[in-house]
Amino acid sequence: MSDTLHRLAALLPPDRLLTRPAQLAAYESDALTAYRTRPLAVAIPETTDEVVALVRFCHQERLPFVARGSGTSLSGGSLPVADGIVIALNRLTRIRRLDAAQRIAIVEPGVVNAQVSLAAAPHGLHYAPDPSSALICTIGGNVAFNSGGAHCLKYGMTANHILGIKAVLPTGEVVEWGSASREQIGPDWCGLFNGNEGLFGIALEITLQLLPRAECYHTVLAGYRTLEQAGDAVSAVIASGLLPGAIEIMDALALDAAVAAVHSEYPPGCGAVLIVELEGPREVVATDRVRLDAIIAGSKPIEMRPARDADERMIIWKGRKSAFSAVGRLSPDFIVQDGVVPRRRLGEALRRIGEMSRETGIRVANVFHAGDGNLHPLILFDGRQAGALERAEALAGRILKLCIEMGGSITGEHGVGVEKLEYLPAMYNADEIDCMMRLRAAFDPLCIANPGKKFPRPSAR
Amino acid sequence: MSEPLTPATPAALAEAVRSHPRVLAVGAHTKPRLSQVPGEVTLLSTRALRGIVEYEPDEFTFSALAGTSVSEIGQALAEKGQYLPFDPLWLEAGATLGGTVASGVSGPGRFRFGGVRDFILGIRFVDGLGRLLRMGGKVVKNCAGFDLPKFMVGSLGRYGALTEVTFKVFPTPPSRLTLKLPTAGVEAAACLLTGAANSRWECDALELLPDGKTVCLRLAGPASAIEALSREILARWPGQTLSAAQADAAWAELREFRWTHPGGTLVKVAITPSAVASLHAATGALDGTRVHISAGGNVAFVSLPASAESTALQARLRDLGLPAVTLCGNGPLWCGARATPAVAAAVKHALDPHDRFPSTED
Repeated sequence: MSDTLHRLAALLPPDRLLTRPAQLAAYESDALTAYRTRPLAVAIPETTDEVVALVRFCHQERLPFVARGSGTSLSGGSLPVADGIVIALNRLTRIRRLDAAQRIAIVEPGVVNAQVSLAAAPHGLHYAPDPSSALICTIGGNVAFNSGGAHCLKYGMTANHILGIKAVLPTGEVVEWGSASREQIGPDWCGLFNGNEGLFGIALEITLQLLPRAECYHTVLAGYRTLEQAGDAVSAVIASGLLPGAIEIMDALALDAAVAAVHSEYPPGCGAVLIVELEGPREVVATDRVRLDAIIAGSKPIEMRPARDADERMIIWKGRKSAFSAVGRLSPDFIVQDGVVPRRRLGEALRRIGEMSRETGIRVANVFHAGDGNLHPLILFDGRQAGALERAEALAGRILKLCIEMGGSITGEHGVGVEKLEYLPAMYNADEIDCMMRLRAAFDPLCIANPGKKFPRPSAR
Repeated sequence: MSEPLTPATPAALAEAVRSHPRVLAVGAHTKPRLSQVPGEVTLLSTRALRGIVEYEPDEFTFSALAGTSVSEIGQALAEKGQYLPFDPLWLEAGATLGGTVASGVSGPGRFRFGGVRDFILGIRFVDGLGRLLRMGGKVVKNCAGFDLPKFMVGSLGRYGALTEVTFKVFPTPPSRLTLKLPTAGVEAAACLLTGAANSRWECDALELLPDGKTVCLRLAGPASAIEALSREILARWPGQTLSAAQADAAWAELREFRWTHPGGTLVKVAITPSAVASLHAATGALDGTRVHISAGGNVAFVSLPASAESTALQARLRDLGLPAVTLCGNGPLWCGARATPAVAAAVKHALDPHDRFPSTED
């Protein structure tokens, strides 16, 4: 053990500072499994005071650190750095306060997303952001990456539900921004902290806005011969003035995966499935569903299946939410892309992606948030074949460039991480990146917080 | 203070930032305290930076120059059946989009879907180095880069000058209904706010009027559905349904701040529903103070008569631990509880290294 690690050992009991290779192996990568790095050590704090002490130690010793929740980042956001430590936050799992009258919860960073809604359910409340990984991903990670989910068009992303943050910055300073109020005074520091990708420090206590659970849902699944037809149906729904809570599409390959993994059943002969969900008071849903059903019926689906009860609704969502992991059954490895295009260009984007797939012979499954133009092409490859990862990454890069050309973004909800490092300059010019680097330096002058993510690591250290 | 400059293009505004030692962007002066800074400063009016740059109804997004008035935007959106759900304030007074973002004020509609911060997607702004930069995106979902667009909400032009903003919009609900619900007093009203906020009704707006006892509750959605909901609400809390004309007048009164003391001080306070009664009690002792509670008990607008000093109000807000900003009048900019972490100065220096924009303390 190096001198640094010896000094670090004074901060935690031995069973909460992992340094042996076998112990470190589990932390070498996150959900972007193509990348692996072994850290110097993994520290497992159990209190926020211990997190503060660890970050202050890192600052004192100029020791890089990477905060990690459940390691579900699809962009490599919690990939360790070889010359630094991982601070694993999974044991900070307390919901410190749940105030039903004011509709807020104050949680530690290791609290799992779905646990918040579970705790709020007896009060008729829920936490709106619902990434597909909600059953395992943590609120701390959601804040760091401004996670999305299926309900962003109507309800926004994680940042729109974070009212207050207490955080330890990479300098060791502890700050408190926002409050239990839904209003801010002065610049929106909470908003700035969301999506920082671990570069601004570690959130210790997060105040979440809770919303009353919708009284009633109307969820429709419709099968179409082609992706284009499903896309046209989305345009018709949007043009109608309805504001659905979710609009999702899965293509044929993604449907095959869902059938294989969770035995979902879809109309035979489908090239694409559309899921649209309305929610609200029963009187509102009763009126809106008539309009929605007429629009979908007019969009020439092969078959249309409205969920008749809560169980049928859950089955529809189970197929959708398991799609990423289900694709694992079709291919040993895959990359999940996260580009965004203007909604009206969805059809064109999917056609171009299909062409690229045929041209390169690389299979691409599509599962996406159609309501907000957020694509999730799943690029399938076999990592055991020489050069397969590189070819898949090259295709991913072409898709990202397509998204930027179309006036969209390289990432809707997964973050830049290590995966999209080289594409940020395609979205922002040199001055804009310089401005963000200046901001980063204001928070982290030593560049020790998650270095090499979001922006390339400075070469001279 | 010299005459404001009126740059006609974003590039001209950037040039003005580079060529003057101390500058501050201003819109329509509807929140005059925010631009009253000590010392010599060149005001850069956004009056000539007007107009919609892009509006894509199918995308639920638009971009407009910072000096575009919120009423002009509202009209353009209404033509396509869309709106900014947070009810921009000082609409008739000519408030601009840039000023709305920089001051961080949202109207009653922010209750349901969120405020300015929840609908801003992207910005173009001039930093303290005089560079014209774009941050955020033009699509409804984007998390590439740091979220400077959100940071600019409430930043009062102290970190940069906005030239263009991009917003998400929503389809206008088919109809609205406003209920006026009288209560016995502020404690009962506070209970009503909490009860209605936690109900199944999905209220569109929920306000406690300056009389301290009347709640204005707005529903939005299909006409037959919200009529049914309104009957259930009135069965729980007796009151009246306003006619369309009465409702328009009631919301305009709040939106245009007609209830405030002319020429007086206006302070925005971030509160919680549980602090409604204590804020009313604390300010009730101050002569002539009027309080409008907005967004279901999350925002308070406090109006003091022109003759009153805000010193006593400041002390009471600090006692209650509530942060506040003075929008109109002569009080200190930050008027309540406040922390100033070291990183705040570092971020100010990062964006404005030569202090071209006013101090965050003034």
